[in-house]
Amino acid sequence: MKIVVTSVLVDDQAKALTFYTDVLGFVKKNDIPLGESRWLTLVSPDDPNGTELLLEPDNHPAAGPFKEALRNDGIPFTSLGVDDVHREYERLKALGVRFTQPPVQMGPVTTAVFDDTCGNLIQIAETGGAS
Amino acid sequence: MSDVFHALAAPARRAILDELKERNGQTLFEICTRLTMKHGLEMSRQAISQHLDVLESAGLVVARRDGRYKFHYLDTTPLRAILERWPVRPRTEGQK
Repeated sequence: MKIVVTSVLVDDQAKALTFYTDVLGFVKKNDIPLGESRWLTLVSPDDPNGTELLLEPDNHPAAGPFKEALRNDGIPFTSLGVDDVHREYERLKALGVRFTQPPVQMGPVTTAVFDDTCGNLIQIAETGGAS
Repeated sequence: MSDVFHALAAPARRAILDELKERNGQTLFEICTRLTMKHGLEMSRQAISQHLDVLESAGLVVARRDGRYKFHYLDTTPLRAILERWPVRPRTEGQK
């Protein structure tokens, strides 16, 4: 068994696609119409056969309260790996991304947390250039 | 003022103040991560949240909402009452 797809619950798939590609830098892998929404997945340009990120609609009635509870406590929905958190922080900030936590060394890792504009906080963590 | 002494009595609450001094304006998540990763404190989020409530009622921490998010700020104003009661002054002549 392996992890092929992981998902993030977004309030608007089109808006999420723009943010996750144009701002974060992922590329679209699958875009399949499924009723009123899409099976919309992204991959890292450095790893086109790697784990896909599914931009999943958050229209289930439980999703809203769940996401709000996470936001209230500042908890990221998920964590993404980057080579250099400080560099990524400066790059994203210049693009207008809002951070709730700038880069902070947390024991062995450095992390930062930003708003994905789709109702989630996302953490970035340094992978030590292992990507 | 007794609230302040009570608030300062717990090591975990002093650690929270230390971390807010290092960077003011943190989410609950950041405070929890710092206490776990930097101080090795094994506490639940609920326990840390209760510590924050104690600090807030003592006036040492102020929580402010900014849009969708809530940030915690250090406020050392209540500590002034301690210094006014026992001012810092050097030993006077005749004291050993």
